[in-house]
Amino acid sequence: MGMTYVQKLLAKAVGQSKVDVGEVLEPKVNLAMSHENGALVISQFEEIYKGTDREAKVWNPDNIAIIFDHRVPAESSKTAGNQKKTREFVGKQGIKKFHDVRGDVGGICHQILPENGYVRPGYVLVGTDSHTTTHGALGAFSFGVGATEMASVWTLGRILNVEVPATIKVVVNGKLPAYVYPKDLILYVIGKLTAQGANYKVLEFHGDTIRNMSTSGRLTICNMSVEAGATSGLVPPDEETLRYLREEAGVKEKIETFGPDADAVYEQVLEIDASKLTPQIACPHTVDNVKPVTEVKGKKLHQIVIGSCTNGRLDDLEVAAKILKGKRVVDGTRMLVFPASWRIYHKAMDLGFIQDISRAGAVVCNPGCGPCLGIHQGALGDNEVALATTNRNFKGRMGNPKAEVYLCSPAVAAASALTGVITDPREAK
Amino acid sequence: MSTKKVVLKVGDDVSTDIIYPGRFMATVLPSETPAFAFADNPDFNKRLKSGEIPKGSALVAGKNFGCGSSREQAVSCLKGYEMMIVARDISRIFLQSAINLGLNIIVCPEIEAAEGDELEIEGGRMMNRTSGKSFATNPLPKARQAIIDAGGLIPYTRKLMLSNPA
Repeated sequence: MGMTYVQKLLAKAVGQSKVDVGEVLEPKVNLAMSHENGALVISQFEEIYKGTDREAKVWNPDNIAIIFDHRVPAESSKTAGNQKKTREFVGKQGIKKFHDVRGDVGGICHQILPENGYVRPGYVLVGTDSHTTTHGALGAFSFGVGATEMASVWTLGRILNVEVPATIKVVVNGKLPAYVYPKDLILYVIGKLTAQGANYKVLEFHGDTIRNMSTSGRLTICNMSVEAGATSGLVPPDEETLRYLREEAGVKEKIETFGPDADAVYEQVLEIDASKLTPQIACPHTVDNVKPVTEVKGKKLHQIVIGSCTNGRLDDLEVAAKILKGKRVVDGTRMLVFPASWRIYHKAMDLGFIQDISRAGAVVCNPGCGPCLGIHQGALGDNEVALATTNRNFKGRMGNPKAEVYLCSPAVAAASALTGVITDPREAK
Repeated sequence: MSTKKVVLKVGDDVSTDIIYPGRFMATVLPSETPAFAFADNPDFNKRLKSGEIPKGSALVAGKNFGCGSSREQAVSCLKGYEMMIVARDISRIFLQSAINLGLNIIVCPEIEAAEGDELEIEGGRMMNRTSGKSFATNPLPKARQAIIDAGGLIPYTRKLMLSNPA
């Protein structure tokens, strides 16, 4: 019996010819990523060494990445203090993959990792962020962990007690219709699987829709795989993966790729006809409460957000700019745009997207996570309703438990900014 | 072992945003996070902070407890009150972090209990002393037993680190 992609990846990682689902492994970690919560990882890491005669040195500084993105620039003295502590630690330990609060190389961790070539197919990648599932788009087994787990990885260089997960195969064929995007596809998948449907499992994406999808779109679908409970979302690497890594991420070294066995055993197979998909909306307060836009259009909106690790890339900004160009965000609705990185921000300026979005009345903020989780700008008032291209709509998510958050693609968000109500982009003038 | 009183009952898919709202994430230390446990449920939060709810009480949850963000504050804030979590099931990251920090979690797929009920573990079964019913519990992942036995991931990792040559 053959192996799924994650089985083959983990077998290679531990040097075995075969691994079975449920088998417990301790694979070496190729990349360990943290953001502002690195401050907590540091205190837990130092706790491990407390009372011993060993010096607290990380196992390998080259395999650790730290990116400030959650509260940039610092919104409080507490955050500034945590960032200062982390900056000092990074210097002392010799961690080079460090992205500080900067307008050139800064950005959201899940964009910074791919665009700098830090991710490779076959990697075991852990991050102290649940959306670490994103990097499966480049063929890495990539998953979120808690801060104490990360402190253990920093010490040992391997992750303890990983059970080989079962795999759900998601096969998507057909051409996505106009105004339907990878975001609509993954919202549809989450609605089908439910918020718990992939708990302790991984999603492996196949089909010609995925093969023809850009890495940007693949990052979106793997990013949100965690909203079905998946440990990781995975796209077995192909020509597009290599193109992205060579041309956009500047990777020079040899890249080894592999795919799942033809006779791999999947726990479940979900088949989707992409040509029949419509724009989708995740309604409050769970991400699996997914409805076609036609069922919720007309809902009054107070705030629109485009951005985040889910949909803040160049193609997302392009969709928004094309809809907004020469038009005006309607009075009574405010629009915030957060590009996923400064590299994207600069390209979007070169192409005129930022200007079109800004002149339409949207506030273009610096790259960061802030409003997505209600921790830095863009909070909602009582009884306000937001429509966002972010990844979660949990109660309180955008800073106020008395507000509502709906999730959608950048096209739905931009079309709705012109009307002030949830709008089907296929009908927008 | 004495009984534990159910002080909060919640449904399915309770996210870490509910347990520990994002706007308090700049606070990271386990000594400080309990102040913000269930902060968007002000009455419950106040009863925890005031000590009206005794340490070692029980929280009963549905499926997928602790889903969403990996923020460890959602675990450490409950650990600060020595809360026992009895859930129909628990999301992956929360479960691992709970074991790592030594939070008392029990996966009990059929649990039925109301606020005010007295619960007690006996011979691997969850006894509801108020209703008189008892429920099977799932063992925690055996791969993680060594961490539980060591008293958490920090002492466990320390032991592994010291067994490596310096």
